[in-house]
Amino acid sequence: MNKMPNWADTILVPLLSLLLAAVISGVVIALIGHNPIYALKLMVSGALGTSTNFSYTLYYATNFIFTGLAVAVAYHARMFNIGGEGQAYIGGLGAALACLYIPWPHWTLALIGGGLAAAIFGAAWAAIPAYLQAKRGSHIVITTIMFNYMSYPVVNYLLNGPIKAEGMEPATPSFAAEIALPNLSAILGTFGIAFSDRGPANFALVIALLACVGVWILIWRTKLGYETRAFGESESAAKYAGINPTKIIMIAMLISGALAGMMAINNVMGEAERLVLNAVEGAGFIGIAVALMGRNHPLGILIAALLFGILYQGGAELSAELRIPREMVTVIQALVILFTGALDNMVRMPIEKLFLSLRRKEAK
Amino acid sequence: MDLLAFFDIAVLDGTVRLATPLLLACLAGLFSERAGIFDIGLEGKMLISAFLAAAVSFTSGSVWIGMFAGIFASVLLSLLHGLASITFRGNQLISGVAINFFASGITVVAAQSWFGQGGRTPSLSGDARFESIQFPGALTRIRDINKADLPMKVYSELLSGHTIIVYMCILIVPLVWWILYRTRFGLRLRAVGENPGAVDTAGISVVRMRYMAVIICGVLCGMAGAYLSTGLQAGFVREMTAGRGYIALAALIFAKWKPWSALGATLLFGYLQALAIRPDILERAIGIRVQTQVLDALPYILTVIVLAGFVGKAIPPKAGGEPYVKER
Amino acid sequence: MTEQSPAIELKGISKAFGPVQANKDISIRVMPGTIHGIIGENGAGKSTLMSILYGFYKADSGEIFINGKKTEIPDSQAAISAGIGMVFQHFKLVENFTVLENVILGVEDGFLLKPSLNKARKELRQLAEEYELNVDPDAVIENIGVGMQQRVEILKALYRRADILILDEPTGVLTPSEADQLFRILGRLREEGKTIILITHKLREIMDITDTVSVMRRGEMTATVKTAETNPSHLAELMVGRKVLLQVDKAPAQPGEIILDVKNLNVTDEQGVHRVKDVSFNIRAGEILGIAGVAGNGQSELLEVLGGYCVATGDIFMNGEPIDLTGDKSDGQSRRERGIAHVPEDRHREGLILNFSAWENTAFGYHKDGKYQKNGVLMDNAAIVQDTAEKMERFDVRPPNPMLAAKNFSGGNQQKIVVAREIERNPDLLLIGQPTRGVDIGAIEFIHKQIIALRDQGKAILLVSVELDEIMSLSDRIAVMFDGKIMGERLPDETNTQELGLLMAGVQGETA
Repeated sequence: MNKMPNWADTILVPLLSLLLAAVISGVVIALIGHNPIYALKLMVSGALGTSTNFSYTLYYATNFIFTGLAVAVAYHARMFNIGGEGQAYIGGLGAALACLYIPWPHWTLALIGGGLAAAIFGAAWAAIPAYLQAKRGSHIVITTIMFNYMSYPVVNYLLNGPIKAEGMEPATPSFAAEIALPNLSAILGTFGIAFSDRGPANFALVIALLACVGVWILIWRTKLGYETRAFGESESAAKYAGINPTKIIMIAMLISGALAGMMAINNVMGEAERLVLNAVEGAGFIGIAVALMGRNHPLGILIAALLFGILYQGGAELSAELRIPREMVTVIQALVILFTGALDNMVRMPIEKLFLSLRRKEAK
Repeated sequence: MDLLAFFDIAVLDGTVRLATPLLLACLAGLFSERAGIFDIGLEGKMLISAFLAAAVSFTSGSVWIGMFAGIFASVLLSLLHGLASITFRGNQLISGVAINFFASGITVVAAQSWFGQGGRTPSLSGDARFESIQFPGALTRIRDINKADLPMKVYSELLSGHTIIVYMCILIVPLVWWILYRTRFGLRLRAVGENPGAVDTAGISVVRMRYMAVIICGVLCGMAGAYLSTGLQAGFVREMTAGRGYIALAALIFAKWKPWSALGATLLFGYLQALAIRPDILERAIGIRVQTQVLDALPYILTVIVLAGFVGKAIPPKAGGEPYVKER
Repeated sequence: MTEQSPAIELKGISKAFGPVQANKDISIRVMPGTIHGIIGENGAGKSTLMSILYGFYKADSGEIFINGKKTEIPDSQAAISAGIGMVFQHFKLVENFTVLENVILGVEDGFLLKPSLNKARKELRQLAEEYELNVDPDAVIENIGVGMQQRVEILKALYRRADILILDEPTGVLTPSEADQLFRILGRLREEGKTIILITHKLREIMDITDTVSVMRRGEMTATVKTAETNPSHLAELMVGRKVLLQVDKAPAQPGEIILDVKNLNVTDEQGVHRVKDVSFNIRAGEILGIAGVAGNGQSELLEVLGGYCVATGDIFMNGEPIDLTGDKSDGQSRRERGIAHVPEDRHREGLILNFSAWENTAFGYHKDGKYQKNGVLMDNAAIVQDTAEKMERFDVRPPNPMLAAKNFSGGNQQKIVVAREIERNPDLLLIGQPTRGVDIGAIEFIHKQIIALRDQGKAILLVSVELDEIMSLSDRIAVMFDGKIMGERLPDETNTQELGLLMAGVQGETA
């Protein structure tokens, strides 16, 4: 018997969790001496108020779509890939190498080549933890954390040495101007829609949306996705059906790593047009919150990513206007993870009880 | 090549300083994980304690009050982790991730609101910091130390001149070992991480044992964090833990969840950190220039090798990560 | 002299888990210094009853008397203080602890371990002499055999001054000689005045060692008798019950070619226990081979090997061609390709994915089938939904909604989803385990008819069931498994429950 209706499970519970996170965030803002309602208004207008601001919001959201999808794909096989940060970073390295050393004649080819390199590099960075999990039972969470921390010195070394541009800053040279991805204003312009060209949103958003569709098809429309979900739901049943666990773990993690790596299309190829230190800026970790909130469904992830994009861009406004540090966003993000993830049962159990007692009353 | 350079007194001295927070955090993780609660939130607990310890030390003028405030904050986060993973049987890893983010954000937000110095606390001095303790007759000026003979160097730089927390740490490993292997509490703690069913059927509360463990974990993380901001450095800066919580976690796996090995692992990782600050010494020692990034990555690479079971399998406590549900 | 009061007396114990009544109004009396057996099939409610006695669950109603005194047992601590010790089926030992450490866990004398360890060491020596319970006190649990581990469990109970000892399926993991040793120890304990409750589904054990025996079936206590006044076949009957024999209309079998030929099959599990011992049999087209036996005698492993997900040695031929038993190609997929369909014993763990919808479950295991694909890459979900709807119609699954999650169907309807999926593949061989476990009467009848119909189409069927009635009414030949071996084959017309009961208890050919 279902303890509660489907809509309560997929909408009511996340919404309540979100509300709890919002209320506590409000308390924090009040504690540091600001009006939470005003802060909220400021964030919303900062994120959505002008098309330049909205462009920033979409730029952040694009990052989070990639990393959120990465966490979700792995999670369908019940692999908790916490290594999106490192995979995205190494993916950025792949994109940068492809864009720097191959003379692409056109941005579309650079997009394909660079995107592919980013995906392959990201997947490669996930491959060893995946293999160790599948074959030697090494806990994927710990190994992916270790690989995050290994990615920093690797890129750090390269940016300070072999692929460093001239000058003081540890970064690669800028990519050729011809392969710059079109800005969102240019894309929308072709449809006659006016949009600010001062924001960073770019063609990568289109790729991110395609990735959502792709992941949806993969998970719910292909044999591989079917096997992945079956394995994630029940290992014993998967064994009965003849589904190979090693294969599923490897493929799910490789796709996950590739998606995280593809974030580089946005931040490295689309925005910075070079690789800089700490290019991922925590987006890999935000992917965890996005996937949790989006219930590992591409549509949910899209919405959650947009929400976090608003939060991120709005957070910038908070720091500019009220001098509340941008880290406030990290606090909110933590609370979202806490309530939608770790304390899920705390929110869920009372609701389940409520529905059970309602049903009992109906029965009487 | 000058292999003796590996034993450079300054590097060894740095090792002791840098290994101290790692050791405390590692032992914190040991208590939690030995009781079956995975804790990737060591980093966050250290960070929040580092901040509150520095902030309260500055405000109150007493480093001891500061440290207790830091420990208090760390224990609060521990209890939150306990609430999520013991009481509500949530995912321990997700809870740990949330705690790390929370600490990472709230420390800067609070520091900015409190001191308005861009997410840091003012510099600490005097009683608001753990001062170095000079042994009688130890040389204090660098110039004098450089001129002194070896035993005097060791005495003055390596042995003397640390804060009280470092010296306390020397006692803490045998103490933890003793608690773990020689007391009733230790026996039950280890049992609850291996087979909570055995503990439950023996008439002991699994929930209570696990809460005790996470509280101890909070206290030790709190000490580690307080040491960072009031001993190792003079004040809090954002993200000052810089991944030490994860290195401590790595050390815990490297040490296979054993206290004496934890000392060895954290000294090793502390040494690598100390060496990374002094690339000149490494170059002198092996004759070629080594990228410091290699040293940065080494603790993680070593841990993955251990995790993969290539050099003796690291077997975590059996019941780790699983919420305890009474079975039929 | 008044009559001696019983060591344990339970009065009217009832316990429900949601809609499932695990114990119904159970009363027993166990006199001190005796061994009392409780026998019954899996899920009969034995373990629940003992968990209530050990404070794991609170009974919904009923009373517990220990040595004539009414006793509340809210938790394990209370049970221990009341002098009750329990040896669980899955030992509650800390594997990387020594014997001594396990023994003192929870009853340490003070903050420091040393005095407790010394005391326990001394006491263990005494107990060893008294009860022939020799164990090296410093051995680490994971390094000693299961028989030894079990002794540690008994020592734990004795060290806690238990006068009443409950053993739950104690011989499940033991070799016969280890089991004999255990029984000698239990005999010693009885001589010393201890009261023992032995929970088992093995008839031989009951007959060998107990003084009195209670039979449980479907949560109820159906009989309590003196062991000396009963016999194994009678107990077997009481255990499996004499429910209304469902009449299955079936014509005599017309066996054809040999479809499945199994030769010298052996299975050793991960713990190194020899589960299937040199089993050989064959099944012809158009016949049902029923495998009878008490649960846990190797039938499950046999099904798993044939289903492709358990490693074994020996030879299996399907339609005369050998089947790979160990290689990479030995999995559920390859078995299905060879025309073997499988309704597993446990539909919750294996047969279904409870969070998947009915249509997703209908494709389970056959998701690579061409008729469920379109354009080469994608799964044709619409086709699967359509197929599911038709199957639900034909098998009368209620509610006939392919979109509903499997967990929301009743047991009978869940089983129909699995049976429909497997039978409608038109396999050469159908493996079917416990086809009607947890299934209502109406669905039982329906599923039985489907099995017979499949046979009449000339298919081979291997039926594994612990329900003797089911075996009797469906099978064309009956093989009885005991302790991993096939004890013998019988024809249903030429045997009876008594004879099968004896074979199930491991007694060969004495009365047959």
